[in-house]
Amino acid sequence: MTTLLQVQTLSKHFQVRVPEGWRQRKATLRAVDGVSFDLQAGQTLGLVGESGCGKTTTARLVLGLTAATQGQVLFNGQPVESKRDATWRAQRQNMQMVYQNPLGALDRRLNVISQVLEPLLIHGLGDSLSQTEQAQELMASLGLPRPLWYRFPHELSGGQRQRVVLSRALILKPSLLVCDEPVSALDVSIQAQVINLLQDVQERLGVAYLFISHDLKVVRQVSDQVAVMYLGHIVEQAPPNQLFSEPFHPYSQALVSSVPSLWQGQNQKRHILQGDPPSPLSLQSGCVFQNRCPHAQSICRQVKPRLTPLNPERHIACHLFAENPRPSAVPGEARS
Amino acid sequence: MTELATPQSHSSAPPILVSLRGLTVSFGSGPSQVQVLHGLDLDVHVGESLGMVGESGCGKSVTWLAALGLLGAHAQVQGEFRLAGDRFDGLNDRALSLIRGRRIAMIFQDPASALNPVHRIGQQLVEAVSLHKGLRGQAARAQAVRLLDQVHIPNAGQRFDAYPHELSGGMNQRIMIAMALAGEPDLLIADEPTTALDATIQAQILDLLTEVRRDQGMAMVLISHDLSVIAQECSRVMVMYAGRAAEIAATDNLFRTAAHPYTQGLLSCVPDVASPQKRLSAIPGQVPEAGRLPQGCSFEPRCAHSMVQCKERVPTLLPVAPDHQVACFLTAP
Repeated sequence: MTTLLQVQTLSKHFQVRVPEGWRQRKATLRAVDGVSFDLQAGQTLGLVGESGCGKTTTARLVLGLTAATQGQVLFNGQPVESKRDATWRAQRQNMQMVYQNPLGALDRRLNVISQVLEPLLIHGLGDSLSQTEQAQELMASLGLPRPLWYRFPHELSGGQRQRVVLSRALILKPSLLVCDEPVSALDVSIQAQVINLLQDVQERLGVAYLFISHDLKVVRQVSDQVAVMYLGHIVEQAPPNQLFSEPFHPYSQALVSSVPSLWQGQNQKRHILQGDPPSPLSLQSGCVFQNRCPHAQSICRQVKPRLTPLNPERHIACHLFAENPRPSAVPGEARS
Repeated sequence: MTELATPQSHSSAPPILVSLRGLTVSFGSGPSQVQVLHGLDLDVHVGESLGMVGESGCGKSVTWLAALGLLGAHAQVQGEFRLAGDRFDGLNDRALSLIRGRRIAMIFQDPASALNPVHRIGQQLVEAVSLHKGLRGQAARAQAVRLLDQVHIPNAGQRFDAYPHELSGGMNQRIMIAMALAGEPDLLIADEPTTALDATIQAQILDLLTEVRRDQGMAMVLISHDLSVIAQECSRVMVMYAGRAAEIAATDNLFRTAAHPYTQGLLSCVPDVASPQKRLSAIPGQVPEAGRLPQGCSFEPRCAHSMVQCKERVPTLLPVAPDHQVACFLTAP
């Protein structure tokens, strides 16, 4: 198995202005703060977390759509730059994105087949006959029958639109597909169709997914590895079965137990977190989860825990699981 | 109360609080008229929590908007609605406003758009309190703060002067619940109350709803597209499909012995965190558009067990067991 994508201590800080009385104050919003993960070819990494935790920013950084403040992304060993040059364009041929809202991602005034073959035009692949053939073949294989090809996006249902978006992303035969909440806007019965389709596509074409969702049930269904994000940090990474049967990080525990299960009904025992996530504008030193953590100790307020391996498959960023926390070894914690 | 007892099959259940009979709703007029609800019958008992589940456009929200006269002039609503035995269909707006908020309150999916962004939340709460309880001045303010405490807003006194944009989504939904409780209603309609919220906040809000329902002895109708939320909160479930009820059952029955193919499909297409990872069995096809329903059962084109009569007639809701009604020819006697 080869490593397709390596993300190394990736950070994105936005300089923002926040109102303070009648004035505005400059502040730094740490949307993504030192995120690292690897994605193997043909596998799926699920990224879960609540809104504002930096999932989408991570996706944009991976694709080079925004410049990283720190850290780098390696795709097939080559760094992904945010500069729009020929190298980036060649890389982007192999990495595509699927968005949450298919109607927003499609051009309303263009029939869907023209949109599906547009990436071929942009990259100048094949003549127009073979382009059309490729598009037709792909759309048919993704469950879009012939009568739908020349329709406009508004004439299709939500599930069909998402199939069009998926066809457009797959026509260049990418090796990485970044899916940002691909099924969140769909009804449950259609959700299941699209999830199954994504899994079939992966089996057939060997494409790797970076699968972003706030829906833990969906992430568990599709992923080989799941990374839990909280306020720009990955707090735990594990295979889905381990994570969902025995979450270790206190945040993962709360997140997993907050998912209502169909079969456990009203007997389900839940860890309910108090309060809301703090604003990413005013993070204290130490662990990002400290204010909501039921086990917070003094070290959690001083030292930021690093993502450390518990075993080869499982990583966790929590002082409760660190045998020997070394405050001096943690970078960026020099302040007194 | 006399005419009311007939449609009910079981005797041990608490009395019926709200009953809707033959509710039909259509929008538009003439050839462009679209019917979205096709004669829905629904009972809510005193103090119970009823879940209504279905995909977008199946009419679960429209049911209650229509009953409360909130659909506006372009909708044609028909049906017989009773609240504790008294008819409330066809009432004028003034009479309905005595029911809305005081007897039946409603909270919506997106709290940020349901609250007025230019008024402080305290002011909005005081308005609800003075409208429903006739309190003024300090008494109204004290009652509003008490409501904020009841929905567990920390530092209720300070938050009183906050604007909706200064609070998080979860907090705003708590404010909405506090406003709904201002009139001490007998029935709370919660229309997708947690859909716009994050997972951990969703758990907080669902817990709060259960708590206030028990404390007040209030009935609740929880509208959701998420069966697992309903499973957790409700004792009875109504599954809707394309403007009709497909199945009504006690929650335990529904999950153990789902009888309607649509319910079975819904149950098997939701990935579950507690069961082993397996391929989802999706329901093929898509929900028919309102106004373009097939002649017979509206689920027939997607149903694996479709029969001849399914194409011809619409199945009626019939009991298959105590507390369990299904609209399907497969289970019809």
